[in-house]
Amino acid sequence: MSPFWSFYIILLVVINLGGCTFLLWWTSRPKLDDPGNTSHVWDGDITEYDKPLPRWWINLFYLTLVFSVGYLIWYPGAGSFAGIGKWTSQNEVAKDQAAGDEKLAATFRPFEGKSIDELARDATARALGRGIYGSQCATCHGALAQGANGYPNLTDNIWHWGGSAEQVTQTVLQGRTAAMPSWSEALTSMGGANAVDDVTTYVLSRTDSSLLSTNAEAIARGGKLFASVCSACHGADGRGNVDLGSPDLTDSDWLYGRSRAAIREGIERGRNGVMPAQQPLIGEMRARLAAAYVWSLSHPTASQ
Amino acid sequence: MSAQSQTFYNDKVVRQFTVMTVVWGIVGMLVGVLLAAQYYWPVLNFDQHVSWLSNGRLRPLHTNAIIFAFGGCALFASSLHIVQRTCHVRLISDGLAAFVFWGWQAIIVAAAITLPLGYTQGMEYAELVWPIDVAITVVWLAYAALFFGTIAKRHVQHIYVANWFFGAYIITIALLHVVRNLAIPTGWMSSYPVYSGAVDAMVQWWYGHNAVGFFLTAAFLGMMYYFIPKQAERPIYSYRLSVVHFWALIAIYMWAGPHHLLYAALPDWAQSLGMVFSLVLLAPSWGGAINGILTLSGVWHKLRTDPILKFLIVALSFYMMSTFEGPMMSIKTVNSLSHYTDWTIGHVHSGALGWVAMISIGSLYALWPRLLGLKQMYSTKWIDTHFWIHTVGVVLYIASMWIAGVMQGMMSRATDPNGTLVYPEFISTLIETKPYYLIRLAGGVLCLIGMGLMLVNVLKTLQQAKNPAPQPVLEPDAAQARA
Repeated sequence: MSPFWSFYIILLVVINLGGCTFLLWWTSRPKLDDPGNTSHVWDGDITEYDKPLPRWWINLFYLTLVFSVGYLIWYPGAGSFAGIGKWTSQNEVAKDQAAGDEKLAATFRPFEGKSIDELARDATARALGRGIYGSQCATCHGALAQGANGYPNLTDNIWHWGGSAEQVTQTVLQGRTAAMPSWSEALTSMGGANAVDDVTTYVLSRTDSSLLSTNAEAIARGGKLFASVCSACHGADGRGNVDLGSPDLTDSDWLYGRSRAAIREGIERGRNGVMPAQQPLIGEMRARLAAAYVWSLSHPTASQ
Repeated sequence: MSAQSQTFYNDKVVRQFTVMTVVWGIVGMLVGVLLAAQYYWPVLNFDQHVSWLSNGRLRPLHTNAIIFAFGGCALFASSLHIVQRTCHVRLISDGLAAFVFWGWQAIIVAAAITLPLGYTQGMEYAELVWPIDVAITVVWLAYAALFFGTIAKRHVQHIYVANWFFGAYIITIALLHVVRNLAIPTGWMSSYPVYSGAVDAMVQWWYGHNAVGFFLTAAFLGMMYYFIPKQAERPIYSYRLSVVHFWALIAIYMWAGPHHLLYAALPDWAQSLGMVFSLVLLAPSWGGAINGILTLSGVWHKLRTDPILKFLIVALSFYMMSTFEGPMMSIKTVNSLSHYTDWTIGHVHSGALGWVAMISIGSLYALWPRLLGLKQMYSTKWIDTHFWIHTVGVVLYIASMWIAGVMQGMMSRATDPNGTLVYPEFISTLIETKPYYLIRLAGGVLCLIGMGLMLVNVLKTLQQAKNPAPQPVLEPDAAQARA
């Protein structure tokens, strides 16, 4: 703030507060020879007394004026004068955060350096993890952790990136990004206009044997394409690869649904689901507690 | 008898505004009741079928209808009545008076069409699109010319205190309206404000809070200053108090806007000033209430028999309560709890339903028979019934919103031992608030029923007055007369 505007603000504050003080002092002086009324008459019958101001009201007014002057000396307000208390809202936030962090550190201290399965067995750690899950994870995975279309169910035993305590922890702390590319161009150039449909039919047939008799030709064509294109990640047997996050295509779990349309869309346009890394967002301790809670959901016996 | 006394007061424009006050009061409260019902039964939004019945469209219609249509008409009626009676002169121009009436009604109708259709500037209490803003400016300047022209031609030396407040309100609203609505049009229904960022927010709440301060407070104090002494048949308690609280009120109110932006992107110094001046505002605000209430000294027994005085005095009680609550809510630590909760909604309604509506209703019950040359309203008993229905409605409304607001504030800040929010989802506060929304709805319905009763009473009174004779301008007291 330039010195001019600072002076301008201070001047206005002084005029307003000083003006009020003067007005109050001036009107609350006892009047000699007070007739008690103004002798004004309006509209035939409206008149005015001129009684003294109530003492308690005068005192209330002075009290607020004194408070305001004191406040503006201690806190910022009078232009660029920072106030002798040097208070700033940034400092207040920093102080609050420091106090909060200290409290949290005390809460988390017992769990420092503990492994995920140790944490999962500890009821207090699980309760803490559940709270963190509620604010960080439930938005996508749901309050009951049962997932939604595009967001995996965390309560079953199907883990595209691996279900060991270490793998789940890595997923939570570091995040994951699925890398299923769009295959429509590559497949069409290799297997003609129906290539995407053929591969879709082949993939469907892995879990629906009724297609084998009705769509034998398409499945044969699709199977060849699958072997040359898809098997690199999903494996020749289609059972996926947890190191790449490529899902098993032979089980009953389908992240984006098992309909022909959903599978076809995945092949045609690709899938790039993102699990954001939690460590940069909430710190390692809280991310580990959340991971322990998540892991405990699918390992109820290990966590008792 | 001088030539002056041969002329008559212009009561036509006052009668017109009086009737429209009741009509717009019912419309505004009906929309309010629908909104309150939508909070309890969201299906009433009908937003799958008609966008203009949705909460987001109707909410600004409700606020504009109550403030500018109901409150506005009440202020036009009372100020144009009071300025004539206390200046002992007819309004300077019947044409201008008619223009102000019809112009204001046209603006209200334009607002009632454009807001539900979704045409808005997106600024609270300044939602109306720029062509309507231009019309408001023109009508307001006509109103200013009418009011101040009449003051200038007055036949008494002293300007009555009610007119100080009306004068301050007319000047300030002109200033606020123009500065807030400065915008660059991009079409007939769209524009961009000339301010941006924190400056825009500051201008918004400088406008928004002074709309409360000058439209809903100062002007209605003007109404109070005429109808309380008139109805109580007692002198105003203290001229000195009028002087000190008038000047202090209008000087200090101007600074209070930043309390709407505490802990926001506003610089710390501006937030401090907003809080400090809001606290200093307490005594000047109460000054008017004390002056009104103490005017009843010696005639308190009239409250037993006169429901109009009950309306006026209870209005002042709600006024004192909300002008105490306001400074308290401006204290930063309190505000950090109350802001963004229904406590604010409760506070606004203790002002709007408790103070603004009750002082207007009481004043109009006093004014209406006088305008028609009658002694009293068609039914005094109905006024009493209206008083009780309305009072219970207001209490239900504000008590439920207090509880709901404090609860929402506590829930929103609750953290568990791991430092995360206990109620991270907004919906969890809504679920807990639901019962209070039903109580709020009941309060609103009661107020609306009361207004319906008032309309019947007003129309029945009108029926009793067959061709009321025009009322001659009263010769001022010889000692008070002005050359």
